[in-house]
Amino acid sequence: MKAGARKFGAADRRLLPEGRMAGPMPWVIAIMMFLTVLAAAAGLGLGSAAGNLTAGMASRLTVQVMAANPDRREAEAAAALAAAERLPGVARVHRLTQDEMQKLLEPWLGGGALDADLPIPAMIDVDLAPGGGDRVDTVRGAIAAAAPSARVDSNATWLAPLGRLIAALRWLAVALVLLMIGATAATVVLAARAALDTHRATIEVLHLMGATDLQVARLFQRRIALDALFGGLVGLAAAALVLVLLGSRAAALGSDLLGSVALPPLAWVLLIALPLLGVLLAMLVARTTILRALGRML
Amino acid sequence: MGWREKRGRAEAGLASGGSIVQFDNVGLRYGTGAETLSDLSFSLQEGGFYFLTGPSGAGKTSLLRLLYLAQRPSRGLIRLFGEDIVTMPRRRLPGFRRRIGVVFQDFRLVPHLSAFDNVALPLRVAGVADRDLENPVKEMLAWVGLGHRASARPATLSGGEQQRVAIARAVIARPELLVADEPTGNVDPDMAKRLLHLFDSLNKLGTTIVVATHDLHLISSIGRAEMLRLDRGELLDPTGALRHPPRRPDA
Ligand SMILES: Nc1ncnc2c1ncn2[C@@H]1O[C@H](COP(=O)(O)OP(=O)(O)O)[C@@H](O)[C@H]1O
Ligand SMILES: [Mg+2]
Repeated sequence: MKAGARKFGAADRRLLPEGRMAGPMPWVIAIMMFLTVLAAAAGLGLGSAAGNLTAGMASRLTVQVMAANPDRREAEAAAALAAAERLPGVARVHRLTQDEMQKLLEPWLGGGALDADLPIPAMIDVDLAPGGGDRVDTVRGAIAAAAPSARVDSNATWLAPLGRLIAALRWLAVALVLLMIGATAATVVLAARAALDTHRATIEVLHLMGATDLQVARLFQRRIALDALFGGLVGLAAAALVLVLLGSRAAALGSDLLGSVALPPLAWVLLIALPLLGVLLAMLVARTTILRALGRML
Repeated sequence: MGWREKRGRAEAGLASGGSIVQFDNVGLRYGTGAETLSDLSFSLQEGGFYFLTGPSGAGKTSLLRLLYLAQRPSRGLIRLFGEDIVTMPRRRLPGFRRRIGVVFQDFRLVPHLSAFDNVALPLRVAGVADRDLENPVKEMLAWVGLGHRASARPATLSGGEQQRVAIARAVIARPELLVADEPTGNVDPDMAKRLLHLFDSLNKLGTTIVVATHDLHLISSIGRAEMLRLDRGELLDPTGALRHPPRRPDA
C-alpha cells in the first residue's frame, strides 16, 4: 500500500496523451483571468484613491473671508489666520497668495481679475493633523469668533458622497473577483469531467492494475494546472497591457483625483499572484472533481 | 515484489487452507434483471491452473470481473488471498489488484502508448523506476514474439499482436493470480500453444491461473488443469470437487 502514494515516475507524462488538454479551457481561463485582474486592479486602485482622499483632502478646511470692505477683509483674514494657527491639532495654515488666487480664478474670470475692483474673498487653507476629523467644529467655532464674515467649508462634506461611491465600487470589484473565482472553478470542474470522459478507458485500465485514485488524479492535476497557468498568464498579460495603457491616459489628464488611482507596487504584486492562485485553485478543483469521480468506481 | 511479500502471501494462503479464491453462495445481478451469476460456491487452490468454460453468455466474463475486482457481487461472500473482499474498504483494493494480472477479452491496450509502454504499465503503477523496467519489458515482448514491435502503437498491430501485448502486460509484474478472458481468441494455433506454454511456465513458478475459453484443444493440453463449467450463470460441479477440493500435497 505504501507504493500507492508513489508517482508513476518519469513516465507520468506519457500515461495520458501529450500536450495540454484539448478544448477551450485555457482560453476560457485566460478570459476569466483578464476580467479578474481588471476587477482586482479596479478594487485596489480605488482602495488607494480612497486612502489618498481621506489622508489628504478630507482633512482640509477652506476658509473664505467674505467681507466686502477690503480693510475689514484683511483684518478678519489676519485674525482668522492667527486663530487657526493657535488651535491644537492643526497641521498647517496657509493663506493663498495673490498668485495662487490668480491661478485659481483665471479660468473663470480671466487674467487680471484681481487687479479689477472685484471683491474677491481671502482664502485660507487649514490642514488638520491626521485623525483630526473631529476637530472640524472647534476650528469652525474659533474662526467664526475671529472673523464674523468667514465661511468655513470642510472638504469632507463634499467628499463624503464621493467616498461612498468609491466604497460601493470597491465592493462591486470584490464581488466581481469572487464571481470570477466561482466561474473559473466551474470551468475547471467541467474541463476535468470532460477529460475524465475522454480518457475513461485508460483510467479504467490503470484502475484495474491497482493504480490508486491519487496516482490517477495526479495525471490530470498537472495537465489542468498547465492549462490554468497558460490561461492565467495570457489573461494577466492582456490585463496588464490594458492597465498600463489606462494608467498613461489617466496620467495625461493630470487630474489629482484620477492620478491617485495609480496602482501602488504592492497591488501589482497581488495582481501577478492572481494567476498563481488560479493555478492552485484549478489544481485543487480538478483534484477534487477527479477523486470524486474515481470514488464512484469500485 | 520481494521475498517478504511472498512470505506474507504464503501466510495468507495458509489462513484459508491453501485456497487463493473462495466463493460462497455468490450471486451477481446487473440492474434489476435476473441474476447473471447465481449460487456460485467454489474455491481455487493456490498454484492451481483452472479453465473456465461455458457457452457464450454463460457469465464467464462476469465471473472473472468479480475475480479481478472490477465488480462487487450482489450477494454472497468472496475471499481473495485469504481476505474478505466484499466488505473490504475501497482504499485497500488497489493493493489487491496489483497482485492480479488480467488479460481482458477486448485487450484494453492504451491506444496512445507504444507496445513497450503498455507492457510497462503495471510496473509503473507499482512504482518501478524506468531504468529497472527496461530489460524485463523488452524480454517479455521478445517472449511473446514482439521484440521488434516495441515502439508500435496498438492501432498498427494486428489483433493477434495486440492480444500478445495484452498478455505480456498481464504477466509482467509476476502476479500471484492471472486471470485471462479468452486469451487465445485472436491468435493462430501455433501462437496459442506458445501463449499457453507461457501460462504453464508461470503456473509452475507458483502463479494461480484462471483462463476462460471455449477452446477444448487448449484445455486438453494442460494435463493438471481443472475445469469450471458455467451454464446460464450456474456452476456445473457434478462431483463436488470444486466445492470441496481435495487437499494438495504441497498446500
Ligand atoms: N455490464 C453488464 N450489464 C448488463 N448485463 C451484462 C453486463 N455484462 C454482461 N451482462 C450480461 O450477463 C450475461 C453474461 O455475460 P458474460 O459474463 O459476458 O458472458 P460470457 O463471457 O460467458 O460470454 C449476458 O447475458 C450479458 O448480456
Ligand atoms: Mg466473455
